[in-house]
Amino acid sequence: MDNTLDTATQPRKVQSERARAISRLLHNSGVVIGLILISIIVLVALFAPLISSDPLLQDLNIKGQNPSSAHFLGTDQLGRDVWARVAHGARISLWVGLAVTGLSLTVGSTIGLIAGSFGRSIDNILMRLTDIFLAFPSLILAMAIAAALGSSIQNTILAVAVVSWPSYARLVRAQVLALREREFVEAAVALGSSRSRIAFKHLLPNVLTPILIQASFDIGQAILTAAGLSFIGVGVQPPTPEWGSMVAETRNLISSAPWTSSAPALAILFTVLGFNLLGDGLRDVLDPRGRK
Amino acid sequence: MWIYLLKRLGFVVFVVWGVTLATFFIAQVVPGDPAVVALGDNAKEEQILAWRELHGLNKPVIVQYGIYLKNLLSGDLGTSLRTGRSIVADLKDFFPGTLELSMVAVLFSVLFGIPAGIFAALFKNRWPDLLVRLLALIGGATPIYWLAILLLELLNNRLGWLPGPGRLDAYLINPPNITGMVGIDALLARDSEVFWDSVKHLILPAIVLGAFNAALLARMTRSALLEVLNQDYIRTAKAKGVRSSALILRHALRNAAIPILTVMGGLLGGLLSGAVLTETIFSWPGIGRYATQAATSLDFPAIMGVTLLAGLLTSLINLGVDLLYAVADPRISYG
Repeated sequence: MDNTLDTATQPRKVQSERARAISRLLHNSGVVIGLILISIIVLVALFAPLISSDPLLQDLNIKGQNPSSAHFLGTDQLGRDVWARVAHGARISLWVGLAVTGLSLTVGSTIGLIAGSFGRSIDNILMRLTDIFLAFPSLILAMAIAAALGSSIQNTILAVAVVSWPSYARLVRAQVLALREREFVEAAVALGSSRSRIAFKHLLPNVLTPILIQASFDIGQAILTAAGLSFIGVGVQPPTPEWGSMVAETRNLISSAPWTSSAPALAILFTVLGFNLLGDGLRDVLDPRGRK
Repeated sequence: MWIYLLKRLGFVVFVVWGVTLATFFIAQVVPGDPAVVALGDNAKEEQILAWRELHGLNKPVIVQYGIYLKNLLSGDLGTSLRTGRSIVADLKDFFPGTLELSMVAVLFSVLFGIPAGIFAALFKNRWPDLLVRLLALIGGATPIYWLAILLLELLNNRLGWLPGPGRLDAYLINPPNITGMVGIDALLARDSEVFWDSVKHLILPAIVLGAFNAALLARMTRSALLEVLNQDYIRTAKAKGVRSSALILRHALRNAAIPILTVMGGLLGGLLSGAVLTETIFSWPGIGRYATQAATSLDFPAIMGVTLLAGLLTSLINLGVDLLYAVADPRISYG
C-alpha cells in the first residue's frame, strides 16, 4: 500500500510548512507588537490579585486623586485604586472577548458550513436568516437583549454574540462554496463519504485560517462593543471593575484627575489594538491573496 | 435592470419582515417584564394586569404579532410604553437629528479618510504613510465615548472653542421646524446666528461619530490604491506621461472605487450603532439616544420601531451600494 510512504513523508512536510509559517509570522512587525500587547494584558489579567490591591476597597478620604506613589494610576470617585480596577478589569474584558468570539465563531461557522455543504434549499434558508441578522444595527440589538435579559457578564456575552455570528456564517459559506469544486472534495465524494463527513473532515480544516483571522479581529471588536454596552449602563454593572463602566463612572473627574477615566479607556485601546494588529499580521502572512 | 431592482426591493421587504419576527421573538423569550419596569417594583398585581390589558400584552403571542403586522401595514408602529406617544411620531421627531449628525459625520470621514488613504499610498512606507497608518490603527481601537470625553474637556471646557452637548445654545430659539434638522431649518429661515451655532454644535459629535469610519476609510483607500498602482495599465499611463494628479484621480482611484464603496456601505450601516454612544454623550436628541432610553426601560414597541427603521435603512443602503458598483465599474451590469 502507498500508505507507508504517505505516513513517512507527510509529517515532516507539515512540520516544515508550519515552521515556515511561524517564522514568517514572527518576522511580521504587526504580529509581534500585537502579541506583545496581548501577552501583557493576559499576564496582568492572570496575576491581577498579586500585582494590585483590592479593586472594590473604598476610601472616601482619597477620592478622585491623581497618580501618586501609593496609587500609581490614582483613585476613582469612591477612592478605589484605579490600577487595581484596571488590572482586574482585564480579566473581565478578555473573558468577554474570548467567550463572545468562541460562541459566535462556533454558531456562525456551523451555520456557514451547513449552508455551504447541504444543498440549495438549506443554503437559502440559512443565508436569509443570516441576512436578517446582518440588517440589525448591532449595538441597538445587543442593547435591547442586554437590557431585557438583565445586566450581567453572561448576558453581555450573549447579547454581543447574537450580533456577531453572521459574519462567520458568511465567511465560512463563501469559502466552502469555493472549496466544494476542488478535486479533494470530488475525490471524497467519489469514495462515498457522507455530506457531513465531507463538511467536517474535509472542508472545515480548510477554512480554519480565514476563521482564525476573523476571530482575531472579533475579539477586539467584542471587547469594544461590550465596553460600550457597559458605558451606557446596560452591560456589566458597577461595582464590578469593567473598563467601559469605569470610564462612565469617572467621566466627571476628567478635569481634576484625568487618569482615572483615561486609564481604563487606554486599556481598552491597547487591548483592541493588540488583537487588530495580530489580525492584520495573520491576514498578511496566511491569506494567499494578501501575500505580496 | 428593473427586474433586478424589483427582486432586490422584494428582498428588502423580506428582511424587514424578518426583523419584526426576530425582535418579536426576542421580546417574548426575555425574562424582563415591561409592566414592572414601567410601574416600578411596588406595583400591585391588579395594576400590572390592567397595564398589560391596556397595551394588549395579555393576548396570545401569535395574536399580538398579527395585530402588530396589521398595524404595521397601515403605517402604525404602535405606542411607546415609555413616552406614551405614537412610535411613528417619536421616530419622526428623533430621526432628523440623527440624519443631520450622520451626514456631517460621513462628510468628515470621507473628507479626511479618503485623502489620508491616498496620501499614505503615494508615500508608501515613508513617514506620511506611517503616520496615517498609526492614526488609523489608533482610530480603529479607540472607545469613541472616551474620545468624546477628551474632546469635550479640551475644546469645550479648557479652551472654550466649541460648545458642549446639545444642538443649540440655551439662549437661542429653535428655528421653525421644517426638516427637523436645525442647521437646515435655520438656513431656510435665513437665521445666520442659529445656523452657525448649530454648525458649531455639530463639529464635536460629528468628529466622534466619524472617527472610526475615517480610520477605516483611510486604511481601505490605501490598500485598494496600492493594489491598483501595481497594475500594468498604471505603468503604461505613467510611461505615456500622464500627469500624476490625473493618474491618481482618473486612472487609479476609479479602479479602487469598488472596495472603497463596499466599506462605505458597511460604515453607513454602522452609523446608527455609533450614534447610540455619541448621542448619549452629547445629549443629542436622535434615534440612538431614543433607542438607549427604550432599551433601558424595556420599551419593546419602541425598540422594534427603531430596529425596523434601521433594518430598512441598512437594506436600502446595501441596495444603493450594489447599484453604485455598476456606476463605478461599467463591467458590472444588472441586466
